[in-house]
Amino acid sequence: MEAPKSLNDLPPGFVFDPARAAKLMTRHGHGGWLGLAYHAHGPDWVELALPWREELVGVPETGVLASGPIISLMDNATSMSVWTLSTRFVAHATLDLRVDYMRAAVPGRTVIGHGECYKLTRTIAFIRGIAHDGDPDDPVAHVIGTFMATHGTYL
Amino acid sequence: MNALPPYARALGIELDHDEDGLPVLSVDFSERIQGRPGFVHGGAISGLMEMAAIAALRTELDRRGEAMKLKPVNVQVEFMRGGTEQRTYAMGTVTRAGRRVALVNAECWQDDRRKPIALAQMKVLLSPAE
Repeated sequence: MEAPKSLNDLPPGFVFDPARAAKLMTRHGHGGWLGLAYHAHGPDWVELALPWREELVGVPETGVLASGPIISLMDNATSMSVWTLSTRFVAHATLDLRVDYMRAAVPGRTVIGHGECYKLTRTIAFIRGIAHDGDPDDPVAHVIGTFMATHGTYL
Repeated sequence: MNALPPYARALGIELDHDEDGLPVLSVDFSERIQGRPGFVHGGAISGLMEMAAIAALRTELDRRGEAMKLKPVNVQVEFMRGGTEQRTYAMGTVTRAGRRVALVNAECWQDDRRKPIALAQMKVLLSPAE
């Protein structure tokens, strides 16, 4: 079999492996451009890393990251936490995402996105997470949101 | 209008035109903003809407002659349709801008202005610039 180019190419029955999948998800497209990388995972959570770089800055005077990259980081980390809990890849779409900004990320620091799926139903996944730049007890942002399975079901 | 930050320029986000005195931003589809194959990444859509919301707020504050520092408090994004491989637009409207806090809505669309692909509502803390 040819190596899968995206998660959509994975064979049926494939047990979702966040570390492996992150390589696919973060090599191409927006995740690749952002430089997202796998960091860690557990049974219902995934952590991705977003390294700081000049191109991602939203406030040139201070070097603070734009909020767009933080949202993308959290969208990807929470999305992967859903498949991790479900143990399989299910095509889905983000329905909504709310982000609360606690403080600006410190310029130069890598931001870690911790995404957790706290409830799965057949078609809806409920997620939450935090982004931090070194100390999980002093987050940069909190997020909460939902995904919907577009083809197939989570359970 | 104030210059767009490095993040916006790197993604190819630009000022497209004015609509009723408010800036409409746009971005062409590219590998850089692709999420799942064939679709715009939700984070890039959110980033575009946040840029449009901030641009609208800056325009409104400039009109009033107020120099303010902006600090985003939170944003709520609703995704209604997948963004496909075409040009994407976003525009913000200031719902309420007081002296301390502003509430700004933004919408995002592609070929049909009446069928938005996403909505955002953003709260921004205002403080006088030194």
